[in-house]
Formats: sequence, C-alpha cells, structure tokens
Amino acid sequence: MSTLAYDTSAVLGRHLQRLRHASAIAVMTHTMPVVFLLFFGYVFGSALAMPGTEYRAFLVPGLLVATAANGIMNGMFGAAQDSHRGVMDRFRTLPMSRASVPLGQAAADLLTTAAGLIPLLLVGYAMGWRIEGTPLQALGAFGLLLLFRFATTCVGILLGLASRSEEAAGQLGGATFMLPLLSNAYIPTDNLPGWLRTVAEWNPISAVTTAVRDLFGNAPVPEGAAWPVTHPVLGSTLWCAALIATFLPWAIHHYAKQG
Amino acid sequence: MTSTYAVLSEGLEKRFGAVHALRGLELAVPEGSVCGLLGPNGAGKTTAIRVLTTLLAPDAGSARVAGHDLMREPREVRRHIGVTGQYASVDGDLTGAENLRLFARLLRAPRSRAAELLERFGLAAVADRPAHTYSGGMRRRLDLAASLIARPRVLFLDEPTTGLDPHSRNEIWDCVRELTGHGTTVVLTTQYLEEADQLADDIVLIDEGRAAHRGTPAELKAAIGNYAQAVVADAAALPAAAAVLDRLTGTEPVLDVERRTAAAITLDATLTLPRLVRELDAAGVPLVDAGLRPPTLDEVFLRLTARKETAAA
Ligand SMILES: Nc1ncnc2c1ncn2[C@@H]1O[C@H](COP(=O)(O)OP(=O)(O)OP(=O)(O)O)[C@@H](O)[C@H]1O
Ligand SMILES: [Mg+2]
Repeated sequence: MSTLAYDTSAVLGRHLQRLRHASAIAVMTHTMPVVFLLFFGYVFGSALAMPGTEYRAFLVPGLLVATAANGIMNGMFGAAQDSHRGVMDRFRTLPMSRASVPLGQAAADLLTTAAGLIPLLLVGYAMGWRIEGTPLQALGAFGLLLLFRFATTCVGILLGLASRSEEAAGQLGGATFMLPLLSNAYIPTDNLPGWLRTVAEWNPISAVTTAVRDLFGNAPVPEGAAWPVTHPVLGSTLWCAALIATFLPWAIHHYAKQG
Repeated sequence: MTSTYAVLSEGLEKRFGAVHALRGLELAVPEGSVCGLLGPNGAGKTTAIRVLTTLLAPDAGSARVAGHDLMREPREVRRHIGVTGQYASVDGDLTGAENLRLFARLLRAPRSRAAELLERFGLAAVADRPAHTYSGGMRRRLDLAASLIARPRVLFLDEPTTGLDPHSRNEIWDCVRELTGHGTTVVLTTQYLEEADQLADDIVLIDEGRAAHRGTPAELKAAIGNYAQAVVADAAALPAAAAVLDRLTGTEPVLDVERRTAAAITLDATLTLPRLVRELDAAGVPLVDAGLRPPTLDEVFLRLTARKETAAA
C-alpha cells in the first residue's frame, strides 16, 4: 500500500476510535437533522401554500443536503480540536504523509455521514417521501450528497486549522447553520426579493438540493433561476469540484506548513 | 566532522511579530551525549526545540539533525527523532494503548511495541483508560513512550519533568540515562538546574534566544568561581565577617541574617580555606563554620543572567 493510503487509513481508524469514545455526541449530531425534519415538516408544512405532503417530500432532499453541508461545521470542530490540543504536533514530527491527516479526517467523516443519513431517510420515508426516479438516478443522488459532504468538510478542515482557538471555531462553525436558510433547501426561492433570491440561488446548497430533488424525482427543476439551479446536476458537480480543488490542497498545505 | 554531531545549528533566528525568540542560536551536540538547554521563562527553549524538530521553520540560519538538513530533508529528520513537547501531544480521547498503537502504525513499528512500552513505563494497568483521565505523571510517561516507539537516534524532551513528583522525576531520569547508555542523543530543556546537573554532559544557558554560556556542569561552575562563606555565632558579627570577605574576594558579600551567614563569590584560586579562617579569626569574628564551596547551578544561573542585566543597565 502506498504511504498516503496507509497513513490515511491509520488516521481514519483514529477518528473512528474517537467516535466510539464519544458516541453520545455522535448520536446527538445525527439526531438533530431528524428533529429538524419533523419540526419543519409539520410546522412549516402546515403554514405554506404547498400541501403538507408535497412539502414534506420537497423537504427531505433539502435536509439531506443541509446535513451534508454540516461538513463545514464538523470539519472545523475536528480540525480545530486537533490543532489546539497538541496531538497534531506529534503527527507533524512523524515521518508520515502530510496529506493523510486532513484526508483521514475527511474519510472518517464520510463513513459516519453515510451511516448518519440512514435515520433521516427512514423518518423521511415514514413522512411520505419516496424515491421516484430510477435506481441509477437515486445512486447518483447519494453519490452527490457524499461528494458535497466531502467538499464542505474540506472547507471546514481549512477553517478549523486556521482558527485561533477551539472556541472561535465553535462560534464560526455554529453560524454555518444559517447557510441552508439562505438556499432553497427548506423553502422555494421563487418568492424571495430579487437580491436575496440571487444570493440563495448561487448558494451551492441550492444547486445540490435541486439536483437531489431532480434525481430522486421529488420536484421539477425550477425555471428562470440562476444557472447552477437550472442545470442542477452539472452545476452541483462543478460546485463540488471547485470547492474540493480549492480547499483540499489549501488545507493540506496549511497543515503541512511550518509555523 | 558533521557526522559526529547529532545536532548542529548555526545562526538560528525566529521572530514572532515583535518578539525576537531566537537570536542566532548555535548548538553542537555530539552523538550519544545529553545536552541540557537551561533558561528562564521565555528564553526561547521551546522555540529552539520546535525549530529543531521541524515544527517551526526558522527565519534564518541552518541546522543538521541526525545527519540531515533540517530545511531540505525534514522528512529524513523526522525519521530519526523522537519528541516530547512541553505540553501533552497524545490524543486525550483515545486510551493509552490506542495512542501507542496508532503511532506504532504510523511509524511502521510492530504492534507489540506498544504493549512493550506500556509495560516498561508502568502504564499497563491504565492502558485501556482514555488518556485524559491520566495523572500528570502518567500522561508524561505516555508522551515519552510515544516518542520512543521508533527507537529514535535523537530524542528531544521539552521540560520532561515539570510538574512531576520526585518519584516520577527519578523514573524519567533513569529512562534518559538508560537511553544514553544505548547511544541515543538527548536534547532536553529544563528549568531545574539539578536536572541538568544530573543528566547533561553539556549545558547551554539560553538567555533571550541565544546561548549565553556553555560548558560541562563543572566548567560552568568554575567559570563563576567559588563561594567563600562564613557562619557566625551571633548575627551582630555579620558586618565584621562581611568586611573580611569583601577584602579577600573583592566582591560584595550576600548576607543571610537568619542563617547568620555571609557569602561572597571569588575567582581567586590562591584563596585557601586556612587563610580564610585565619583572616576571619584575626578580625575577631566569632566563627562557627567557614568554607569554600563550588556554587550550585542555581547560583551559576542567577549570577550569569544577573551579570548580563547589570551590563545592560
Ligand atoms: N507562537 C508564538 N507566537 C507569539 N510569540 C511566541 C510564540 N511562541 C513563543 N513566543 C514567544 O517567544 C518567546 C520564547 O518563547 P519560548 O516558548 O520559546 O520560551 P521558553 O524558554 O520555552 O519558556 P518557558 O520556560 O516558559 O517554556 C516568548 O517571549 C514567547 O512569548
Ligand atoms: Mg517552553
């Protein structure tokens, strides 16, 4: 096995072990989106113009993507904790691959995210959401969710490594829950005022959400929106590629650089 | 030539904004020896260790560690060093055993090495407890064990015994002695002068980012001379004793009223104990004890750094 793959798998193993020791926090992290789904589904669902059942089918992909977008927050917490608690200093003095520390963290995150999406899917199913596209399209939707999670985790890891303290990372990370609010994840963007609509439609979360809705066959692609939303699959793939191409090398460089 | 030195640095400079932490630090640590870096808070000891262990890039200067250039071959350097930093550098959420197995894996050492080190450092009983539940001494030993996994050629220890009880401190000292017995080079920083005296072959006094003095413990003590000391029967006789010491040594004596002691430093090799006693007696000092003794490292340290301060003032 190459040094990179071997070291990355060792770091991945470390993160999974940490998770086992902190399973209570992990369970809470994965329960939050389910609580949101129930809350939004029945509170907003009864207040919106859309019929409740239709809204809930619309909402499930939105919450899947919002959960994927939490990669920013999780990546940030993880990286900030590691860099401000000394263990990273030991990694830096070992003759290990420099890329393996960020990559191992992101890989462990992907595994736990994949597992964490399952309760959300089950509750969504109970609320009336269905996969209405082809199995291949559904597979594409899951692939896109994980790709987006990886991309946002890369952003989070960089921010976490660059953070001044764990507390600073916590505050900034907490603020990222705003990001899905500024997108079409929870509500359609058609009725937003002009400038806000532009911001929301250029939010990568909107393109990914639209693509996932399209691939699951839950809602049609809106017309007259910004380009990434009207071309959701290509648009969201490009968004992910751009985020990964920017933030992954940046995070690795930031980790490897000597202060 | 260079291959006989495990650490060789020239003109290391490091600034943090306005703070000039290293100002041209030069070190030459022969292979298999123990070098003690001694200095007050903020002297630059940790910065020096972090530069030499590839954690910080120096602003200027160069260094070779374990035969490899620090800047050009950091990876080769990392292959041959072990580091125990000033602060814990293990994962507190993992158990002791998980930590060592992780580092063993990353160093391609056999898994059994982790168990071996846990045993050796008396951590076998707590091996399956998260490291954050360890006492300070246990965590220190775990850190040390982690830096020994790959049997490094050069071991860096930043204040390895700070905050430890005498028993744990002795254990760490024994471990360092055992390692040097097997040819490992050790660079350690400490604020305990006794520690440097006990362990180090060479001591480098670091002050404001540069080597203020260097030498064997004995040489450093010789460099500042002996203490001529008189203990008197009655504190009222201290001024008289002080006057004699002042005349003999040419330096101002330090008085300790509680212990009825006057002491002054002398570099004069011709001052003998009989003469000291005769002169004090002739002056009518009620002497109960007198001596010429080498200074402790504490005194060396205070004196060498104080001398610089007066020179600067
Ligand atoms: N990352 C940093 N950013 C800013 N200043 C720093 C940084 N690291 C060290 N310094 C400063 O550099 C100087 C040297 O610090 P260093 O930690 O090397 O001292 P030290 O000899 O190890 O002290 P101590 O005995 O307290 O551990 C200090 O003035 C310190 O405040
Ligand atoms: Mg220090």
